[in-house]
Amino acid sequence: MTQTDTTADATTGATTDTTTGTPADPTADPTTAASGGGEGSDGLLAPVPDEDGSPFFAYAARGELRVQCCADCGEPRFPPRPCCPHCQSFDCLWKRMSGRGRIWSYVLPHPPLLPAYAEQAPYNVVLVELADAPRIRLVGNLVATADAALNSVPPERIRIGAPVKAAFHATDGRLTVVRWLLERP
Amino acid sequence: MGATRSTAGATGPTAGAALKDATAIAGIGQTPFAKRLPESEKTLACRAILAALDDAGIAPSEVDAFASYTMEETDEVEVAKAIGAGEVTFFSKVGYGGGGSCATVAHLAAAVATGQASVGVAWRSRKRGSGPRPWTNTRAQLPTPAQWTRPYGLLRPADEIGLLARRYMHEYGATRDHFFNVALACRNRANQNPAAIMYDRPLTREMYMTARWISEPLCLFDNCLETDGALACVVVSAERARDCRQRPVYVHSAAQGLPAQHHGMVNYWNDDPLTGPSWTAARRLWETADFGPQDVDVAQIYDAFTPLIPLSLEGYGFCARGEGAAFTEGGALEIGGRLPLNTGGGGLSEAYVHGFNLITEGVRQLRGTGTAQVPGATTCLVTAGEGVPTSALLLRS
Ligand SMILES: [Zn+2]
Repeated sequence: MTQTDTTADATTGATTDTTTGTPADPTADPTTAASGGGEGSDGLLAPVPDEDGSPFFAYAARGELRVQCCADCGEPRFPPRPCCPHCQSFDCLWKRMSGRGRIWSYVLPHPPLLPAYAEQAPYNVVLVELADAPRIRLVGNLVATADAALNSVPPERIRIGAPVKAAFHATDGRLTVVRWLLERP
Repeated sequence: MGATRSTAGATGPTAGAALKDATAIAGIGQTPFAKRLPESEKTLACRAILAALDDAGIAPSEVDAFASYTMEETDEVEVAKAIGAGEVTFFSKVGYGGGGSCATVAHLAAAVATGQASVGVAWRSRKRGSGPRPWTNTRAQLPTPAQWTRPYGLLRPADEIGLLARRYMHEYGATRDHFFNVALACRNRANQNPAAIMYDRPLTREMYMTARWISEPLCLFDNCLETDGALACVVVSAERARDCRQRPVYVHSAAQGLPAQHHGMVNYWNDDPLTGPSWTAARRLWETADFGPQDVDVAQIYDAFTPLIPLSLEGYGFCARGEGAAFTEGGALEIGGRLPLNTGGGGLSEAYVHGFNLITEGVRQLRGTGTAQVPGATTCLVTAGEGVPTSALLLRS
């Protein structure tokens, strides 16, 4: 968590982003599709995708919410992994979701927290159940706009069951994460 | 899936029956508990282990098996040479942190029952009170499944369990008063236990309701302590235990549990996140036992966070799904209640040493030497961390 580390990570992220651009098929080269890292200059942690999870972030960078599905039996699965737990097939495709969902639960962290998070605390973390695949639940933040602060929606506006839609935020680590907006702000 | 499960059920009892009462916990030991202890984890581990061996009346040179669980900094190699163990023929380290506490005893019981070893030692040494908090090492954890949770600010175990707790409250009408019931029962017992960190610190509803938030809906008192300290226990054959210094406490049944499609502590990605690993461990535990939940005299249930108690009460079959919160009403968890809980004070009020104090307290209750003794207790459930791949024990006197 030193300043040196942060700079190094930001540099790596930037390089990866420019060389990769918008991949035609993120699954074709998952290792370079999206590499985040450490924390951005805003101090928030950027995801560090592994080989299986990388396409998710590459699609997010294009403004698409996609979920890994079995190419043989069609079953969606999350988190991404090498093979299908239902039919054991190793073939997968990334199916585009509508981006709509509902809040399954939420929590409001207070300090002690890592400094950048403490600055925004209490903020919300929501778990969103996807409308197209109810058993797929994504951890994220409910925000007023895609690039707004983690505490930009007042806690009293948050309720379980509330309909939400996906938004895409490019982190300082140059990796795009999915965030959530209330359908009825 | 269904076919696999029923096959396991058919072969299970035979395998489990071989373990039933074949071994016993013959000795227990511990260091003082405090927010800050001067000695190293290795030193504390050795002190606790030697105390447990002395309690059993067994020489360190006779120890030939060790079991620990992850996040333990002291290796068995270090412990074995420090205490003067003889040739070691069995060693095991169980994964997933706090979910492994009871599994250490289970592994030793299996080793002793199958003749792989004769004197086993399990231990936990931690400097959590004065050492770094594991969640602050986020960089190392990021290129893992944490890529799906940490960046969004789900940073600490309290945040992860808080998310489940909120859903549990929503689905079943559980309230903060229910969580308070849990915190209070543990604190009341700690107030009877001079070794407990919270021995002289009574808790009131007012204190609970006005405490600062850690991760809403969880407040300060919904969270376990941060403690320095170490504990250990000695496992030998039932036959050997009868010749030891203390009354034997038999390992009646033991189980581990990692449910289908389970995912670490952020278990949000299976069909039913509110049905945690305790359900899996419980099925196996009861399958090989001579008694059921209604016959448990006292329970030591892993309490890193108060909501784990209602979830575990449901998982281990003390009540039906969704009834765990209501179960805590009317003093049910207090001495004299339906199911006296965490009689040493638990992780919430005695010490948070990754649940190992629940094992030693279970032993004390069945010896009849608890500081908040349940009169005539002969059966005890001990559980390890819920929410992570877990383990559990049924002990009997
Ligand atoms: Zn499939």
